Amino acid sequence: MDAAHEPILEFKDVSLKFGDTWALRNVSLDLKPGETRIIFGAAGAGKTTLLKAVIGLVSVDSGDIKLFGKDVTSATETDLFPLRARAGVLFQEGGLFDSLTVGENVEYPLINQKSNRASSLIGADTENLAKDALRFVELEQTFSQFPSELSGGMRRRVGIARAIVTEPPLVLYDSPTAGLDPITANTIMALVAKERDVRNSASLIVSHRYQDGEIMSDFRYDQEQEELVALGDGKDTALRERTKFMVMKEGSVVFLGTKHELEASSDKYVQKFIRHGDE
Amino acid sequence: MLDFLKTLIASFQDFLFLAGRSFLNILKRPHYYDDVFLQMDIIGWGSLPIVILIGAFSGAIIALQMARALNQYGASSEVGTIVSLTLVRELGPVLTAVMVAGRNASAIASELGSMKVTEQIDAMRALGTDPIQKLVTPRLIATTLMLPCLTVIADVIGLIGAYLIAVPLLKLISGGEYWTSSWQALVLNDLGQGLLKPFVFGIIISLVGCFYGLRTTGGTQGVGRAVTEAVVSAMIWIFVTTLLIDKVFVGL
Repeated sequence: MDAAHEPILEFKDVSLKFGDTWALRNVSLDLKPGETRIIFGAAGAGKTTLLKAVIGLVSVDSGDIKLFGKDVTSATETDLFPLRARAGVLFQEGGLFDSLTVGENVEYPLINQKSNRASSLIGADTENLAKDALRFVELEQTFSQFPSELSGGMRRRVGIARAIVTEPPLVLYDSPTAGLDPITANTIMALVAKERDVRNSASLIVSHRYQDGEIMSDFRYDQEQEELVALGDGKDTALRERTKFMVMKEGSVVFLGTKHELEASSDKYVQKFIRHGDE
Repeated sequence: MLDFLKTLIASFQDFLFLAGRSFLNILKRPHYYDDVFLQMDIIGWGSLPIVILIGAFSGAIIALQMARALNQYGASSEVGTIVSLTLVRELGPVLTAVMVAGRNASAIASELGSMKVTEQIDAMRALGTDPIQKLVTPRLIATTLMLPCLTVIADVIGLIGAYLIAVPLLKLISGGEYWTSSWQALVLNDLGQGLLKPFVFGIIISLVGCFYGLRTTGGTQGVGRAVTEAVVSAMIWIFVTTLLIDKVFVGL
């Protein structure tokens, strides 16, 4: 098997219980380079916990998690730092540091993960890289502002800039559109699709909105037109194949498949996330 | 009941774990000197006005109360001795620590708690920074260094406050007698416990604040709860440890 087909992320039978409730229950999944996985589920279904478990922010009770071929479950915090440097994360609340400016926030991983970042970035001017990342999310002008001065949607976009500034091969998005108006939400999802198509990164997207999945599955970012274009029927099947949906219920994975399979599902719980999954 | 005890012991274990890690981090790299100085400024310089105020008032109050009591035994000339012993041994360290606990244990708990609920702590870990190294250790160092300094200042100001009551106001003794007696009353044992206490209290205040801040759950309400818990437990521990230290030093 060549490296391109080796999974960059693997969950094997992972379980975690908080008191009497299952956060993760025998979860298995694998994600190959360039693949997109959209994770739906009711609140408390374990979606955020799953994302956090990927980079070892929560430790699981049983099972194996491998990130870039390295074991996450038994790694110490120090061992995890180089692995985390290769996975960008957008937290639900943005997770931006209040005490730093937007520019410093985006620069933070570049400075802090110096030894771990992609070789192409070593020696590069971190300030300019941070500006590039902010330009990517169209927020270059906020460089010296503080996160508290930005709107919720802008903070989310800065969060995306910080997650992708090190050009990680895997990006984790925790509810990128939660609590945003539909227009802003679509802007955010367009950025997520742009990141996927420009940099060819793999992504794990937790969401409540069916439209988020639709954008990822039915659109691609056209670099020449600088906007999302719909995939025609029958065309770009490879992209559709690489975009899979996963539905979680009480910690378990109850569905895994493409958009068509999702829409064809007769499961009542799974159907809840189709079309009218808007918050 | 058993569950309650279990949670209590489990949290104490977590606390010791945090304490151990933050102490070990003092020796480990990276060192965040900027954060240490920033915290020293916030905790030390920031607490100075209130510590001066409390010091002056407590000195003056002891002098007033003691003047009446000592008068009954015709021993009002001993006012300097009494004031300096009470201040240096007990009231200086404890009152300063209580003020700093109210001011800074709460500030630390709310700052770290807000960072926890807005996922900034997770973000820090995700971006390759150890939150204990970056947040807890600088606060531990800063509080532990600053509290003894603040206590010494409170002691001195307290003695001045007592002087103002005893000498110019009540005219119990002459200024020379007051300062000589209050200075001569102090022996190494008094200075030892007077400086050891704030050092220990500094550790308690910073670690308790950080501990409750870092384990905050449940959004903004949780932050409020964390602040209350931090201040209450820091104060309880201040009084418990002062008793323990007194017990040791009385026997010396």
